[in-house]
Amino acid sequence: MRYIPNSPDERADMLEQIGVASTEQLFESIPENLRLREHLKVPAAMSELELLKRFEDIGTRNQAAQRISFLGGGAYSHYTPTIVDHLISRSEFFTAYTPYQPEISQGTLQAIFEFQTLVCQLTGMDIANASMYDGSTAMAEAVLMAERVTRRSKVIVSSAIHPQYLEVAHTYVQHAGIDLRHALYCTELGTTLPESLSALDENTAAVVVQSPNFFGCIEDVSALAEKAHNAGALLVVVVTEAMSLGLLRSPGACGADIVVAEGQSFGVPLSYGGPYVGLFATRDKYARQIPGRLVGEAYDKHGRRGFVLTLATREQHIRREKATSNICTNEGLIALAATIYLETMGRRGVQEVAHQCAQKAHYAAREIEKLAGFSLPFSAPFFNEFVVRAPASASPMLDQLAKEKGIDGGIALSRFDSERPNDFLVCVTETNTREEIDALVDGLASFTAPV
Amino acid sequence: MKSDITKVTTHINPNEALIFERSQPGRIGYRLPPLDVDEQSINKLIPKEFLRDDDLEGVPEVSEVDVIRHFVRMSTWNYSIDQGMYPLGSCTMKYNSRLNEKVARIAGFAGLHPLTLAEDAQGALEVIYQLQEDLAEITGLPGISLQPAAGAHGEMTGVMIIRAFIDARDGEGGSAKRRTMLIPDSAHGTNPASAHLSGFSVKTIRSTAEGLTDLDHLRELCSVGDVAGLMLTNPNTLGLFERNIKEICRIVHEAGGLVYMDGANMNALVGVARPGDMGVDVIHLNLHKTFSTPHGGGGPGCGPCCCTKELEPFLPVPRIIKTPTRRGSDRTEGAPDVSTSQPTRYNLDFNYPQSIGRVKAFFGNYGMMLRALAYIQTHGYDGLREATEAAVLNARYIAHGLTSDYEKPFDAPPMHEVVFTDKRQTRKGVHTLDIAKRLIDYGFHPMTIYFPLIVQGAMLIEPTESVGRQELDQFIEAMRSIAREAVEDPELVLNAPHSTRIGRLDEAAAARKPVLRWKPKQAASTAQ
Amino acid sequence: MANVPDNLHYSKDHEWVRVEGDTAVIGITDHAQEQLGDVVYVELPKAGEEFGAHDSFGSVESVKAVSEIFTPISGKVAEVNQSLADEPEKVNKDPYGEGWMIKMKMSKSGEVDSLLTAAEYEDFTKAESE
Repeated sequence: MRYIPNSPDERADMLEQIGVASTEQLFESIPENLRLREHLKVPAAMSELELLKRFEDIGTRNQAAQRISFLGGGAYSHYTPTIVDHLISRSEFFTAYTPYQPEISQGTLQAIFEFQTLVCQLTGMDIANASMYDGSTAMAEAVLMAERVTRRSKVIVSSAIHPQYLEVAHTYVQHAGIDLRHALYCTELGTTLPESLSALDENTAAVVVQSPNFFGCIEDVSALAEKAHNAGALLVVVVTEAMSLGLLRSPGACGADIVVAEGQSFGVPLSYGGPYVGLFATRDKYARQIPGRLVGEAYDKHGRRGFVLTLATREQHIRREKATSNICTNEGLIALAATIYLETMGRRGVQEVAHQCAQKAHYAAREIEKLAGFSLPFSAPFFNEFVVRAPASASPMLDQLAKEKGIDGGIALSRFDSERPNDFLVCVTETNTREEIDALVDGLASFTAPV
Repeated sequence: MKSDITKVTTHINPNEALIFERSQPGRIGYRLPPLDVDEQSINKLIPKEFLRDDDLEGVPEVSEVDVIRHFVRMSTWNYSIDQGMYPLGSCTMKYNSRLNEKVARIAGFAGLHPLTLAEDAQGALEVIYQLQEDLAEITGLPGISLQPAAGAHGEMTGVMIIRAFIDARDGEGGSAKRRTMLIPDSAHGTNPASAHLSGFSVKTIRSTAEGLTDLDHLRELCSVGDVAGLMLTNPNTLGLFERNIKEICRIVHEAGGLVYMDGANMNALVGVARPGDMGVDVIHLNLHKTFSTPHGGGGPGCGPCCCTKELEPFLPVPRIIKTPTRRGSDRTEGAPDVSTSQPTRYNLDFNYPQSIGRVKAFFGNYGMMLRALAYIQTHGYDGLREATEAAVLNARYIAHGLTSDYEKPFDAPPMHEVVFTDKRQTRKGVHTLDIAKRLIDYGFHPMTIYFPLIVQGAMLIEPTESVGRQELDQFIEAMRSIAREAVEDPELVLNAPHSTRIGRLDEAAAARKPVLRWKPKQAASTAQ
Repeated sequence: MANVPDNLHYSKDHEWVRVEGDTAVIGITDHAQEQLGDVVYVELPKAGEEFGAHDSFGSVESVKAVSEIFTPISGKVAEVNQSLADEPEKVNKDPYGEGWMIKMKMSKSGEVDSLLTAAEYEDFTKAESE
């Protein structure tokens, strides 16, 4: 097997040298009745040539990957500069281990330190960790952290948060003694009103909102922060479209106590849902309660600056069952990709991308609104995602649009809420050209029968 | 005896500041196409109070060349698998195939949105399904979820499944009596942390002098009647196979509990023995260990959870199924009705009312699944077994080579990893940490140190199958040389490493006054 | 060889007690700080909190380890050594002096008598390390 350096002869030699009679004898400590007598029923080995062809064939069955896309809903199509993949493909980055030995891991450690800094800058917070698995699990961990910090057991979550994120939060808290309550969103505005937080009281650890929310609507985070703080609760803000941080006021500036986000928009391929990267940021005072790895600055005895994993006593390998989280492996290489993306695009680029997303999305919205029978049901401001109400069932309409025009026009909300059969979520990014948007509008126009 | 070992020499290693320290206003690293829609004043589109007003201050402004040089320079400071062996016990640092990287980047997969309707993502779902089948065969456990994003995540999933099973079997009252999870004193820290997440408290089981689970202590703890389960690793974290595994499972089952196996050490078992045959109820796998997906400096991982038929109903949703199937389901997302004359279709099945729920948005770390499937198919049934045999042989070879200089606390022949203690060296004041740091001067990444906790100054060594004989010999020689240095010239070891860009860092100072981000220097204050 | 002052009382969890009237000053022993290594953080309770003997009242962290600290006697916290927040290294440099952790108003006067003397504590630590 070509990945195994020692040839069968070398191995036979080694066996002899260590006084083991046969390969079989290496497994003596496994009781005989447990040792497999037949080979595994998996296919025989494939050459590179055959394997690549097979996977390429399978890949072509994913017809959607070729279509013009207006899909958002927690995963976004943005342009990634060529150098991102090139740099993360360097052996020293992607085949490196977790940086437990700082003297020979400074590349990884400094990159994470830069990542943590960038996350703080974008979210407007004081400290950020080295990443969580994704936005959904970051949100669940934020809920657990809020309970730890406040010692209160009720958490209010907005029902305008991504439905899959809410599912994950429910899974995480089911045995944690945390009571998750849903706050309804306003069906006219599309946002979570402070007045709807009726369950907010002195037992509330946190209020959790997403902004822009699942419907694309921008929440009034400052007002929600004030309401939460008045009750002594924390405000957790969730961001699924991280690019929005390039244009919108940071959650930190609005009073958030914990900010979690999905970082996939920053140079990470869609890849059918993963690997992505969870961003987690909070205030200085919660430094010892934050989950996940942290990289800090340190000096050697000659005064040379380096970086090192620090505050490890929060983590599972030391504090075990009392750890702030059980997380060990996180999303290191994806965080690196996001770091390279952000540094390449830089201060100007991130803002320009965000600006283009907003302009193109609003153009699309304006044009769709002009179509007879189509409307935008929510009146709150939005960034690059918005809900469209079609004159008839959205699902078959989108299906037809995909098959006939090769356009994925949006996500039918009936997939998440059976009471919204005609609604669909449209996302526009800097990668959608005017031609594509016009094609989408034309495609939708064919569904409005003139009266 | 003269050593052929060449210690590493220092060579030019560029310095590189933080990117923020390189930043210059006006530098640009990108170019977007011009905006092609009618531009409106942004304040008209979004009210001013929702807009950023800090112009992203502090975010760097650098050219593309700056970025390339920045990261290339930094990369030269890293050790990596491509450079050499990582003898890290419990980590399985095997070769990360480039072919797997190519597969993961095939446009049909890399560009596919996770909310694509199932009928348009058949290729993507086929990959998940195929990997599920292969892992079921490898583990001997038919129920699989690939949703967890890492080992610890898979552990949490597995322990929650145990909890859900017991809740269903015993009812709320009965389940409330079973809140104890038994965990060996040699366990990885994620084990108790994961148990805690499911509302369990932990009781520790002792190991025998042989290094195996103490059966008497197990029986004693099980007799209390409050045991929900046992979490163990097999081979254990000492590299020893729990030969009484069937009896262990029997004891726990008889006491009404379930057995969870931490699959971190599967590299000793693939193709040779299967957890499902041992009586284990649920396990997690680490695709970034056994199945070679790259460590990436700390992830991404993928931690599939595999379980028995009895536990299948509790797995996370959605499940990826193939139709025609044995069982019909009425709420499969996006699938029209299929008659048996139609070709194979892959679907998402949410109809599992007893499921513990979702543990992550979308499907999990899909890109790692592609790589793992490519790994399995590149090896085939022959190669998979061969890898296991080579991995165990390599560890045994190292064990043989080091016993003259280092104390091996357990006599039993190790599987894919071996543990030593620093007892002999501490007599001269040299500890495991020092040996680890000195190993760097010989061109190797240190082994796992101070784990498991039950061995004093533990050095846990796992070469994996990806190491050739010369390199194994070099490693053994390096370790033997360090053992000699510990006696003849301890200062050399105590002050190691000597060849790196920076020496040992003052971690205590870093933890006392943590600086976790770059901040712009305060402008010099004018005279007040 | 770790320092074990004569005038103090000791617990098997490696804490010391100095009695000043009805107040007990509590900290961790020289032996304990040696075992821990460089202390980076000390988690302490607030004044006014009450504890029973052997209750955990906080924790001490080094870079690679964390240890709970247990009060040898029952009482109410009167004062907490706030300077440890900025200078946790005092626990290493002067564990019996500036490294003191809490002052407790004792609730059961006879309790200190059941603690170990300096000699007993020295024997105890010697036996532990064998």
